Order: sequence, then C-alpha cells, then structure tokens
Amino acid sequence: MKLSEIRDILQAEVLTGEEDLAADVQQVVASDGMSEILAFAKSRELMITGLTNIQSIRTADIAGVSAVVYCRGKYPDRKVIEFARQKKIPVMVTRMVMFDICGILYARGLKGVS
Amino acid sequence: MMAAELLRENFALQGRNFDKAGEVSSEIKVILRDLGIEATTVRRLVIVAFEGEMNVVMYADRGTLTLVLTDEDIRLEIVDEGPGIPDIDLAMQPGYSTASDELREMGFGFGMGLPNMKKNADEFRIESEVGKGTSVYVSIRLDANA
Repeated sequence: MKLSEIRDILQAEVLTGEEDLAADVQQVVASDGMSEILAFAKSRELMITGLTNIQSIRTADIAGVSAVVYCRGKYPDRKVIEFARQKKIPVMVTRMVMFDICGILYARGLKGVS
Repeated sequence: MMAAELLRENFALQGRNFDKAGEVSSEIKVILRDLGIEATTVRRLVIVAFEGEMNVVMYADRGTLTLVLTDEDIRLEIVDEGPGIPDIDLAMQPGYSTASDELREMGFGFGMGLPNMKKNADEFRIESEVGKGTSVYVSIRLDANA
C-alpha cells in the first residue's frame, strides 16, 4: 500500500516527506516502546507510535522504516520534524488511536512483523 | 591467525544527554554503509550500537564506544563509568528493567535492550562491577549475511 493511500485512509496530516509518499509498504510495526520496534522491524515497514520525541525518529532511522505515523493526534516538536526531514523519513500525524489505525490497516491487507 | 584490523574509531558517550543519544550510532551507520558493508550486517550492528548507546545515556555517567573493523568481523566495545549491574543473568532476561517511569516515557527501559543486543550479535559478552561500570563486547561476522 502506498504511503499516500495510508495518509488518506487515516485522514493524516503530513508533517514532512510529502514528496516521498509514493513509497510502498507491506508491513507495520506499532509500539510506544522503541526497543520493540528495533527488535521486530526488518526494514521498510510503516512505524506507528504515540511517542513523539527525538528518539522516535532516531529509532525510525536505525530500524530503517519507510515512514512514521504518530497516533492520537500527538504533534512532535518542530526540531523532531526537522530531524525527520534531514533523515528523509516521511512523518504524518492522525487523530485516530493506535488500535483503530492497526485494525483499519490490517483490514486493508497490511500485516505485522513477527 | 589473528584477524587483521582495518579500522578502529573511538566515540565518547555522555550520560543523561537524551538529545544527542543515538548520534554515534547514526554516524556508525554512515561509516559502515560508505565502506560498502552488507546492509543486514550494518543494520544488526547499528541496532546493537544504538541500544548500547541508550543504555549508557540512561544509566551511566559517561562511556566510550569503540568500533573495530577487521577482515573477519565488526566489533563494538561499549565501556561505561556508571552504577554497574548487580545481577547480569537477571538483566539479560527479556522484560527485566530497572528503568524509571521517566525513562519509560521516552520509549526505553522495557527490558529489551540487552536481549536485543545479544540477539543481533554473533558473539556477545558483558562484564560489570557494581559502583564502577559495565562493559559490553560484541562481534558480528562479515560473512554472516553474505
């Protein structure tokens, strides 16, 4: 599924990386625990988290995910968005809660990483 | 025969500096990628480096991360001055953590760091002395993902 479709489905606002939304993702890692994301992500997944600090983007970079979705309408600081822009990681924010995001994307065919 | 050392770099780590936490690991990622190291190997090594770096930032006063590249493997030595670990077997158990709520709110301290490091390593060794600090030695073979 293209990141642009995910944006539309989740009614998300893109904070950075608008130009990279043609990228395709098949799998998702979703957690507020960064070690959990590091343990399960293999590469190029969609990362869903409620953690909006600088470590979330650092983790996204180290884990090599395709994009980050912040849930529950939590906006990161400007410096976090700037850091994501430098690392070329698209970031979006949606008002949906994590449970709903995962359910909706799962129903559309995306799978978790195990 | 001893493995020939091709590169050795030291990086200083600063305890409690959460803004900079992870910078060294990002730098290592770029160094290894530029050297043309295979992507899965880089990924495993950088996850180990990042978890190790976070441990130093979360728990220790300061530390040093040393990256060594040989013709056989990539090694990381993470040596810190900090509180040390009283029971290493317990610390290695997935889910065990002494992290504060403050650290957990930052997305770390769920008891997965050390197990994550071990999982991604081909060789993993940890030594610790309470009141002095902790040292972690990791090796990832260059041919492991070839």
